[in-house]
Amino acid sequence: MRTLLRNRRAVAGAVILILYFFMATVGPILVPLKEGEPWKAFRPPSWEHPLGTDYMGRDVLAQIVQGSRDVLFVAFLAALFAILIAISLGIIAGLKGGFTDQILMTFVNMMLTIPHLPVMMILAAVFRVKDPFSFALILAFWMWAGLARAIRSQVLSLREREFIEAAKLLKLGTAHIVFKEILPNVMPYVAINFVSMMRGAIVSSVAIMFLGLAPFSATNWGMMLNMATIQTGAIYIPQALSYVLSPLLAIMLLQLGGYFFAHGLEEIFNPRLRAHE
Amino acid sequence: MTIIVKRLVLAILTITVAALVTFIVIQNVPGDPLYEWAMDMVQTSGLDFETAYKMAAQMYGYDPNQPLLDRLVTYVKRLLKGDLGYSMIYRASVNQIIAKALPWTAFVVSVSLLLSFSMGVILGTLVAWKRRSILDPLVTGYASFTAATPDYVTAMLLLLFFAINLKWFPSKGAYDIGIEPGFSLAFIGNVLHHAALPILSYTLEAVGGWALAMKGAAISVLGEDYIMAAKARGLKDQRIVTSYLARNSILPLITGLAISFGAMFGGSILIETIFNYPGMGWFFSQALMRKDYGMMQGLFLLTITATILANFLADILYAKLDPRVRLER
Repeated sequence: MRTLLRNRRAVAGAVILILYFFMATVGPILVPLKEGEPWKAFRPPSWEHPLGTDYMGRDVLAQIVQGSRDVLFVAFLAALFAILIAISLGIIAGLKGGFTDQILMTFVNMMLTIPHLPVMMILAAVFRVKDPFSFALILAFWMWAGLARAIRSQVLSLREREFIEAAKLLKLGTAHIVFKEILPNVMPYVAINFVSMMRGAIVSSVAIMFLGLAPFSATNWGMMLNMATIQTGAIYIPQALSYVLSPLLAIMLLQLGGYFFAHGLEEIFNPRLRAHE
Repeated sequence: MTIIVKRLVLAILTITVAALVTFIVIQNVPGDPLYEWAMDMVQTSGLDFETAYKMAAQMYGYDPNQPLLDRLVTYVKRLLKGDLGYSMIYRASVNQIIAKALPWTAFVVSVSLLLSFSMGVILGTLVAWKRRSILDPLVTGYASFTAATPDYVTAMLLLLFFAINLKWFPSKGAYDIGIEPGFSLAFIGNVLHHAALPILSYTLEAVGGWALAMKGAAISVLGEDYIMAAKARGLKDQRIVTSYLARNSILPLITGLAISFGAMFGGSILIETIFNYPGMGWFFSQALMRKDYGMMQGLFLLTITATILANFLADILYAKLDPRVRLER
């Protein structure tokens, strides 16, 4: 914990992430979404509307706050699904070995070389995604491969350790070995990856929403960008600058927070990195 | 079986599987994609629905009432002839669209890679050589900043400020309509003017990463004996940096170059859409937004093929450049 507090980047990242967490949970209660007042469209920032209004005269701040909930929810689900797939396939490949391992690793290599964003976009467009769960599944399907490979190699090295040998000799069963011996040992690694996965899911989900391919939540930052750039042409209206900039800066700050936090954690858990500093 | 053959088999397998999966996914699109197209033809050319539907089916390449396997055979036959499909919204073959779009993307991507790679290599070498200077935290900070910022955010900011607000650069097209394409100074200037912001967004995003990679590589090279020997021989700093340090540190980055060339084709979707730049990515996003499945499929197949071949090339290149890596392993 002390090393965590001493790492300034990790602390800065954590502070930003906590802010976003509160924005997504309590935020919508404090700044509720209201009906639009079309005669107030594209207003610049004012006391009443700190970030201005959109094409329908709706408050941009309230949308950004509500959007943080939409964006983080999808990203959280996607990271969760991806990690579940990665853990199961990684452990199966590492423990079983042999032919199963070969097949799974070939599959992993294929998944890693196919460019992710275009495939996710095609799937979202073809299936006309309408809810956060199926959207998160599409994202997760293209996110697990790298982690599965890393977990597999961890399991391969764990398999040779004494405590696994001991458990095998005691005939404790595969379930015991997987849940009591292997999972606790790969968990810290998974935890660090969770933040990075959410970051990746945010970038891709907002990109897909930007093109309007998953139009189920109007306040998702990507959807806001889609309305501002592609649908209404608000980018050409000088008074609407704050409306266009807000979602951009919201993504940027969240990404910076996630990046600093993840890298700080990595420095803490991987002392070799610290030695270089 | 040598590693090269293994990699080649994997690459071909990946392309085949990806093409097959896209085919099946697109074949099972909810609703009838031909219906809207046929209705459109009824309205524009005054045909009756039956004829229009048949024509649409023929242009699209297959009849949705056929069994899936027959449609697959037709698709593969056309692919083997080099026919990537038909675009519903442009009423043109995907090959024609690619012939128009690919040069622009290739141009922007190559210029950006060249710029960001050479700038990154120079910065990275300098930072590694003078570790205590102010340059190190500056470059490292910049690199983490850009690594955290999605490329489309950078592109949007550039568009908002330099194209829309200050009007220094155009916000659509690859060149102005009034200008005759050809090898004239005016045309080349116009093309560069239009490509400037897309190139800038790629370069701003990528240069930090290259600088960090180069810094890492150069620091490990600095510990080598031959650098020490060069210093002991009293060679000038400049010569040590250029002929000994940079030359040897660049090796591991070359593979990255091949990989990112492939990746940038995939990444061009949003940047080209944001700047309305008529390359592969722009047409791909049009296909997605307007549900043009034929064009989607054709462009995607070309994109994955390019990416996977670039990865494959990177593997071979690496082994060729660095004799310590033996492919036969």
